Amino acid sequence: MSDPQNSEIRGLLDREYAYGFVTDVDEDRIPAGLDEDVVRLISRKKDEPQWLLDWRLKAFNRFLQMLDEETEPTWAKVDYPAIDYQAISYYSAPKPKAELESLGEVDPELLRTYEKLGIPISEQKRLSGVAVDAVFDSVSVATTYKEELEKQGIIFCSFSEAVQRCPEIIQKYLGSVVPYSDNFFATLNSAVFSDGSFAYIPKGVRCPMELSTYFRINAAGTGQFERTLLIADEGSYVSYLEGCTAPMRDENQLHAAVVELVALDDAEIKYSTVQNWYPGDKDGVGGIYNFVTKRGACRGRRSKISWTQVETGSAITWKYPSCILQGDDSVGAFYSVAMTNHRQQADTGTKMLHIGKNTRSTIVSKGISAGHGEQSYRGLVRIGRGAENARNHSQCDSLLLGDRAGAHTFPYLETLNPSAIVEHEATTSKIGEDQLFYCMQRGLSEEDAVSLIVNGFCKEVLRELPMEFAVEAQNLLGLSLEGSVG
Amino acid sequence: MNALAIARDRHLADYEGFAARLGKEPALVAAIRQQGARAFRRQGLPSRKLENWRYTNLGPLAKLQLGPASPNLQSPATASAGLSLGDSVARRFTLHDGRFAADRETDVTQDEGVEVQGLARLRRTAPEQAARLLSNTPIDEHPFAALNTAFLDDGALVRAPRGIFDERAIQLVVAAGAYPDPRVSHPRVLVVAEPMSHLTLILDFLNEGDGPGFTNAVTELHLAEDAVVQLVILQRERAQHFHIGGVFVHQERGSRFSCHTLSLGGALVRNDLSVQLAGEGAVSRLRGLFVAREGTVADNHTRVDHAVPHCESHELYKGIIGEGGRGVFHGHVIVQPDAQQTLAEQHNLNLLLGEKAEIDSRPQLEINADDVRCSHGSTIGQLDAEALFYLQSRAIDESGAREILTRAFAEEILAELPIPELRTSLEPVVAAELAGLQGN
Repeated sequence: MSDPQNSEIRGLLDREYAYGFVTDVDEDRIPAGLDEDVVRLISRKKDEPQWLLDWRLKAFNRFLQMLDEETEPTWAKVDYPAIDYQAISYYSAPKPKAELESLGEVDPELLRTYEKLGIPISEQKRLSGVAVDAVFDSVSVATTYKEELEKQGIIFCSFSEAVQRCPEIIQKYLGSVVPYSDNFFATLNSAVFSDGSFAYIPKGVRCPMELSTYFRINAAGTGQFERTLLIADEGSYVSYLEGCTAPMRDENQLHAAVVELVALDDAEIKYSTVQNWYPGDKDGVGGIYNFVTKRGACRGRRSKISWTQVETGSAITWKYPSCILQGDDSVGAFYSVAMTNHRQQADTGTKMLHIGKNTRSTIVSKGISAGHGEQSYRGLVRIGRGAENARNHSQCDSLLLGDRAGAHTFPYLETLNPSAIVEHEATTSKIGEDQLFYCMQRGLSEEDAVSLIVNGFCKEVLRELPMEFAVEAQNLLGLSLEGSVG
Repeated sequence: MNALAIARDRHLADYEGFAARLGKEPALVAAIRQQGARAFRRQGLPSRKLENWRYTNLGPLAKLQLGPASPNLQSPATASAGLSLGDSVARRFTLHDGRFAADRETDVTQDEGVEVQGLARLRRTAPEQAARLLSNTPIDEHPFAALNTAFLDDGALVRAPRGIFDERAIQLVVAAGAYPDPRVSHPRVLVVAEPMSHLTLILDFLNEGDGPGFTNAVTELHLAEDAVVQLVILQRERAQHFHIGGVFVHQERGSRFSCHTLSLGGALVRNDLSVQLAGEGAVSRLRGLFVAREGTVADNHTRVDHAVPHCESHELYKGIIGEGGRGVFHGHVIVQPDAQQTLAEQHNLNLLLGEKAEIDSRPQLEINADDVRCSHGSTIGQLDAEALFYLQSRAIDESGAREILTRAFAEEILAELPIPELRTSLEPVVAAELAGLQGN
């Protein structure tokens, strides 16, 4: 469809990851290795209550057992060398200069980092109207707009702070959606998680602004293991955004996070992710292993959880944001755009577990695979025996750019109730010659034409994103795509 | 030791006895048999932990104390069993518990066109040819094909010579005999379609007894350049019979293959249909209709491997699951790197008709080339309430309306059957099966 020798396109091929810089801050980190002392040390650094330490230790023991039984998942269609879990440092934090009183006292080096990333954590930028919790390596460095949110009773802070402020809520919900023994990476996370974000939206409150967490891996030789817990109490609403970047390094770094969402009666959670971890270079050297467990429980009647994700980064993505539709009339949604270029591999999808009556779910997954990228959609829709009148519709489309790219679809549809209606459809193709031709004869360059068509292809998903993110996501897609046309 | 391992060892012990009884034999075929036994020993009866068997519980099969079947070619039941299509439509042959018995036409007449003969005879007269034909079975991926190979003895060889166009179909009645205790048979069918030949083959599986039993069939087809083969597989075993069948197809350049699998009976029917499109321009058309009722499982696995460019595959499977039944569809389409200009479509539509009916559908695409058009779809649902209402408003009672709509759902598959006589004689059979399924 195009001439791969085209010099303009060639030039773009070598375009580099824009967020690959390293911030020079003093770190407080513990040596590489994983044993019980590390778990205790992390817990001590956080000044955690005994029950939380016990919970970590339970997870740690389960993890050792899993290592013995070799239950590290191998079913995903991704290929990577074995990870040495003893070679990772499980805690790294920028050294605090002093006790922080306000944002003004945050290490200016860190503020500059977030400025470079375009994340508004300094107070001047409060006009942007997004409350941000910035997580740098293992700890949360700053959270904005806290006071304003607190006026409405919303708690939005770092996970460690929440453990101190409202331990009873944490104790009630931690591990209730993703138990510590859930899967290999979630178990590792449960043992060593260092920080993350926490939000609680009280009854009947509609969160007045977007909540956002920005994750940044900075230190070398570390992994990031954060844990996010979001609780939307009866009748509340929250929209939550998550973004991530990391420096360019030729080592692979592990990011094994856990996200738990709980929606009670009539509550709605909208969770959006723009994932742009360093994807490795064009030969597949370096990059983040993004092995994440995300799950939301629609506990209450008429509750709703929607996941929207734009996955453009990471060397390997292994991620299945899921919904447990327990409450009657609850609704789950999953909108995803995943983009793999060069040697990136992504195995992503969702699980929709219909348990309550009249539950509905929608899955829209768009995969774009270029270069030597490998991309899989893997999804489960399960209609339980008692889930009367459940309804699911799944649409999974893949676009292939380049004859060495792979696009795979592995849906599982399990229906145990005869009143269910389940539909799944998927297509895979490359960009139509006729579409390209049409755009080009209207005066667009080939590059612009491809970008237009890809944006159109992803539109169903992108329009689910909050405004600020949608713009960023579109730019990201354009960036990731450049150099792959031809 | 669990039931699966015990069953494996029982089969292997039977194999030792069987091999000893055969005595001296051409080394080539004996070696193939040994390879089969080794491959089966390695794999055993697959457990649900294996991805391809996660929805298939072999526990009930493993619990059967199966003995080897002892074929009785004079069995009166067999002569009358099977669909009667008439001599002008189909030539009919029988495999009784895997043993080849020519029915009605005992002599193999070459000038007639398509050749049908027993594999045992071929093994005696042309051991090298037999060994060559029998050594392509994918025993390392399919434990039951390995088991079948271990018990390799007789079977049917269907050969369509170069350029032949036989108006008459070949009907092969594959019958399991009636015994007081559960028995296993391992029928094997080999189909060789030479260049530019045209063949229609009907495999008519049934069993004579009412008690439990097990048919472990392997069918292999080789389509040479520009050959056309239309295969129809009818599975009409009774309610306690287990059927596991592997159909392995290799297609050369420009060949056209169609397969209709109608799974209408049996306690457990498990079909593995694997098609390799190995020559450019090959086309495969796979159709399936499966019915499951109280306590029965209809389990269909298909795998289409697009190994070269410019091939097409079209797949449509329809499931009708009655109260307490379970259906499984697993379709796997693989497009190899460089298999450009592939057209692959895969559809699975399912109807759930009663309480505790279950369907597990896994339509999968694995695509490694970019200039392709691939799509798949799967739906699970019920009879359309508005259509039911419409029919009732035209003075058809509810159960009648349900029956009409269910038959219409199945009709799409039946309408494409290759021979009109086959369609007419099957329609009442299917209708009777479906009438028994209606829930409330």
